[in-house]
Amino acid sequence: MSTEQVVSAVVDREVAPDAARPAAPHDDGRRGDRVGRRLLRDPLAVVSMAYVAVVIVVGVLAPVIAPYSPDYVDVDLANTAPFTGDFVLGGDSSGRDILSRLLWATRGTLLACVVVLVVSTVVGVTGGLLAGYFRGRTEAVASWVADAIMALPGIVLLIALYTVIGPSIPTAMAVFGVLIAPANYRLVRAVVAEVRGELYIDAAKVSGLSDLRIIFRHVLTAVRAPIIIQSGFVLAAGIGIQAGLEFLGLGDPRVPSWGGILEQAFSTIYLNRGAVVAPALVVSLTILAFVLLGNALRDALQGSGRRRPATAARVAEARAARPAPSAAADAEALVSVRGLAIGYPDGLGHVRPVVDGVDLCVHRGEIHGLVGESGSGKSQTAFAMLGLLPKDAVVLGGAVLFDGADLLADAGAMRRARGTRIAYVPQEPMSNLDPTITIGRQLVLGLRAAKRMSKAKARSHLLGLLARVGIADPEAVFDMYPHQISGGMAQRVLITGAIAGDPELIVADEPTTALDVTVQADVLALLRELRDERGLGMVLVTHDLGVVADICDTVSVMRHGTIVEHQEVRGLFAAPEHPYTRELLSSALDPEEA
Amino acid sequence: METDHGPLLRVEHLVVEYRSRGLRAPKRVIDDVSIEIGAGETLGLVGESGSGKTTIGRAILGLAPVTSGRIVFDGTDISGLRRRERRDRAQGVQAIFQDPYSSLNPSMSIADILVEPIREGATAAKRARVRELLDAVGLPSDAGSRQAREFSGGQRQRIAIARALALRPRLIICDEPTSALDMSTQTRVLGLLREIQERTAVSYLFISHDLGVVRAMSDRTAVLLGGRLVEEGTADQIARDPQHPYSRRLQMATPVADPELQARRRRERLELLREQAAAGVA
Repeated sequence: MSTEQVVSAVVDREVAPDAARPAAPHDDGRRGDRVGRRLLRDPLAVVSMAYVAVVIVVGVLAPVIAPYSPDYVDVDLANTAPFTGDFVLGGDSSGRDILSRLLWATRGTLLACVVVLVVSTVVGVTGGLLAGYFRGRTEAVASWVADAIMALPGIVLLIALYTVIGPSIPTAMAVFGVLIAPANYRLVRAVVAEVRGELYIDAAKVSGLSDLRIIFRHVLTAVRAPIIIQSGFVLAAGIGIQAGLEFLGLGDPRVPSWGGILEQAFSTIYLNRGAVVAPALVVSLTILAFVLLGNALRDALQGSGRRRPATAARVAEARAARPAPSAAADAEALVSVRGLAIGYPDGLGHVRPVVDGVDLCVHRGEIHGLVGESGSGKSQTAFAMLGLLPKDAVVLGGAVLFDGADLLADAGAMRRARGTRIAYVPQEPMSNLDPTITIGRQLVLGLRAAKRMSKAKARSHLLGLLARVGIADPEAVFDMYPHQISGGMAQRVLITGAIAGDPELIVADEPTTALDVTVQADVLALLRELRDERGLGMVLVTHDLGVVADICDTVSVMRHGTIVEHQEVRGLFAAPEHPYTRELLSSALDPEEA
Repeated sequence: METDHGPLLRVEHLVVEYRSRGLRAPKRVIDDVSIEIGAGETLGLVGESGSGKTTIGRAILGLAPVTSGRIVFDGTDISGLRRRERRDRAQGVQAIFQDPYSSLNPSMSIADILVEPIREGATAAKRARVRELLDAVGLPSDAGSRQAREFSGGQRQRIAIARALALRPRLIICDEPTSALDMSTQTRVLGLLREIQERTAVSYLFISHDLGVVRAMSDRTAVLLGGRLVEEGTADQIARDPQHPYSRRLQMATPVADPELQARRRRERLELLREQAAAGVA
């Protein structure tokens, strides 16, 4: 086969939709469309967007739709109640139409919104981008300034400012924009600090892009969503502050404003009770609309994208379609898995199987390798044996028979067996240790949860086991925190925890994948010794054929949720039967032969 | 093998230190490492976690600070260049990173990712180049309009390879390019890298923790331990007959996919460890 043929064959296979692989969590193709659709499905979002749209239209068209000019005075209508005279919402103390003044005042509010938003975004985002990207001195100075601004009492400062700048709401709002910019600054800095660790930033540096272009092309896009969300809240705060300042009389008395109208209505509240209702309502509703819009945007942009769970009927349907487990359980077996089938909701109401009819049998003293590539269902099978399947997993059928009970059907039996008779050794030793408590304490906690035992007895038992798994100074390690030990040691600690309950079966999920090869060899040797000493049965999930050859007695090869081949280890390597097994074996690279 | 200026890349007495907080002495990550790579050659760099293998690659790429020593690429010292100078003088050094998920911006299209490094040229020429690059890594030419997140790990690594090829490099730093991939995907990606080398005579610095992968890819291999180079030789010699005690431990610890051979190797490893313990070697 020529290279072209090889390449095209490869591509066909790789481009083919991979049914076994669940969609990536942030798989947001056509993101804009989806966000829009999600927003439209949220009734609160629709209502608040509609309200904001109306406010904007009213502001723009105020001169056209207002029944009177804001300064039109009809003394006869002064202090009239709403819905009584020509002035629909009543007249103020000077005899002006409250409705018309509110409509006109919308323009001032919109202007203030734009000023606050532009100033806080420009100042906060620029500062955050520079500080987060360049770190060091830039960040130190910018953060100091941000902290200083945040320490200022905002409203007091704005009132004090009135004596200097006079009754100019746009200027006051620009100052307010600077005052709340630190919120944006901190947000952006945090996002940027995260993004700059991504390898695509390094790749851009290597290909010679300038810092400015990297910031614009790669960093700014990551900041966009959080800033849009934050904007809703910034606008709400801005309107509140603006109305507050005007209410205190710090606005321009010649220009109608929501806060000013409210203040006037308030001062004549004994003469005309109804007049305060309209301005108070307008201010409150607008603030509410922006807050709700911010919430809705957050849900739409950052939301988990709630997927439709599988309906009960679909689950029943999928279960019914499954044949009953055929083979009878092997009486000799320590654990036998029969016809195991596990599915996940596909987000459209159906269940997609990821493990489909798996039969597996492990005897005492046997290390059973479960081999396959990502998405083959090997880890799902192991987790089912431990009763640790994720919440949205659906068991479609089958049984895990252990000591006469079906652990899959009987949650009580699973609870009793797990931790004592069935133990687990995970893949990532470090993330399976609690960083906040000492190794000794977490081992004691685990052991005493599984077995009734005094603290002192648990301690001496565990110290003995730590020495057994090859930890040189168990007493010292007992009082250490996880960050003080190496990955290899952490895995030994977890193995200690696994064997502490005196199990008969250990399920190990890629127990050495995260370790260096020299450490891996030691950990595999340890697992083998423990098996020999205690007659343990073991299920070992791995993708590494070297590990399989080293430690396994029997092997099941998994692909697309089913076991394609099951053999004793020597037979598997010497005479693989299934083409997929042969393909896997041929992809193993010999460290000594080129 | 040799260019007019000697080898394509010469790293001389490289030292990389990171400042520590407070008054503590700086942390030395790379300690006096010298390596050479000729044109069209692959140098494998093997070591375990914390050995500094990735840092050497990053120092060559200008992503890690060079405390002392020289990095000479094609006759010019490229250590400590500013980004702008780098762009002119070190464009021939590109990189493929370990994690194909983090190395492609999820919100960009493949075409944008591939065009990004290319500065000159008309839009049409760039578009043609994207097709050419996609073709070179065995992806369909309509892949350009799709987003990185729509592709699997193996395909993403092909895209990353295409991006590395965009500037027609003479040296590519491959930092564990297949360790996040499945076995059969790994085989195909390694095959692609070898095919590209045959076609373009590019040199590789191939960084990996996996002796099998390094053996399959390299002409020569260097073994790194704790930031120091402990042994260097032809790939064949390091694989079959390593001399340094650490290289031998590494060789014996790497399992082979054959139960009979592996059982023998396990016994040999225990013997070796006993011997080394008796002789008191580190």
